[in-house]
Amino acid sequence: MDCFSVYGEQFTSRLLIGSALYPSPSVMQDSIVASQAEIVTVSLRRQQSAAAGDDFWQLIKNTGLKVLPNTAGCHSVKEAVTLAQMCREVFATDWIKLELIGDEYNLQPDPIALLEATKILLADGFKVLPYCTDDLVLCQRLADLGCEVLMPWGAPIGTGKGLLNPYNLKMIRERLPNHTLIVDAGLGLPSHACQALELGYDAVLLNSAIAGAGCPVTMSKAFKSAVEAGRYSYVAKAMPEKDVASPSTPTLGMPFWHQE
Amino acid sequence: MNILINGQSVTVSENTSLTQALSQFGARPPFAVAVNGDFVPRSQCDAKTLNEGDSIELLSPIQGG
Repeated sequence: MDCFSVYGEQFTSRLLIGSALYPSPSVMQDSIVASQAEIVTVSLRRQQSAAAGDDFWQLIKNTGLKVLPNTAGCHSVKEAVTLAQMCREVFATDWIKLELIGDEYNLQPDPIALLEATKILLADGFKVLPYCTDDLVLCQRLADLGCEVLMPWGAPIGTGKGLLNPYNLKMIRERLPNHTLIVDAGLGLPSHACQALELGYDAVLLNSAIAGAGCPVTMSKAFKSAVEAGRYSYVAKAMPEKDVASPSTPTLGMPFWHQE
Repeated sequence: MNILINGQSVTVSENTSLTQALSQFGARPPFAVAVNGDFVPRSQCDAKTLNEGDSIELLSPIQGG
């Protein structure tokens, strides 16, 4: 079985799916099921007076999927660490998708604060999945701290632009061959996900590309197929690219051959 | 004395525990709480006594990306 590892746990689906922004709870549930994802992201916010949050959590529990809580919206180390601790208690998991925003305009992760928070959380027993930029040295520093999984962005959250810097992502793959790498954020099309897998990434994590599609359930199926295609392509190893054309049909025995 | 729960002003008695304040507020599980920015594990909520002006964050599961 072709699996990838997240802190020692094996998964076959290379699509991690978010639970936000769907037009309705039933569409969310159907999209998650259609994706055949094994990991779904969730978060914590202030409890509202209505019981809507309770219903949401029951729907997620009913999927039986592994839950990956995030620290979305945090802007400081203190906020992120506290929210991670609260997530661990509510969701009963030591996994945390660590998001620490450094710039409000493009929601770019703060690399310096991310390192500091990662160090604190790893020491506290968390299994940190850091959402980071596609900076090789930052990824190396996160790996040095003990992160077994790294999640560089493809593009800013919710933009749907795809892989803005394939070279950077490729270099991270080459330099950290034994780490689990997941492209997180910025994907818009299934072909973007396919490209990430073709680069050798172990998986992709996305939300808006499915939830914001005209038909989220169908798009969910498209992404499922795309990550499978990308993975097959990576395993199969693509032919070498050439600058000069070469015929695929044999020229030997060609009729009407012009000898002159 | 007055405290804040999720930004709302709440009046509680002196020496009120965190558990009592949450109950008075109508908190429904599942949730986790922080007081003045510090996480307070469920197991410590009974023993945690509140002070005037304390700010409590009461958080529950929601959709996330």
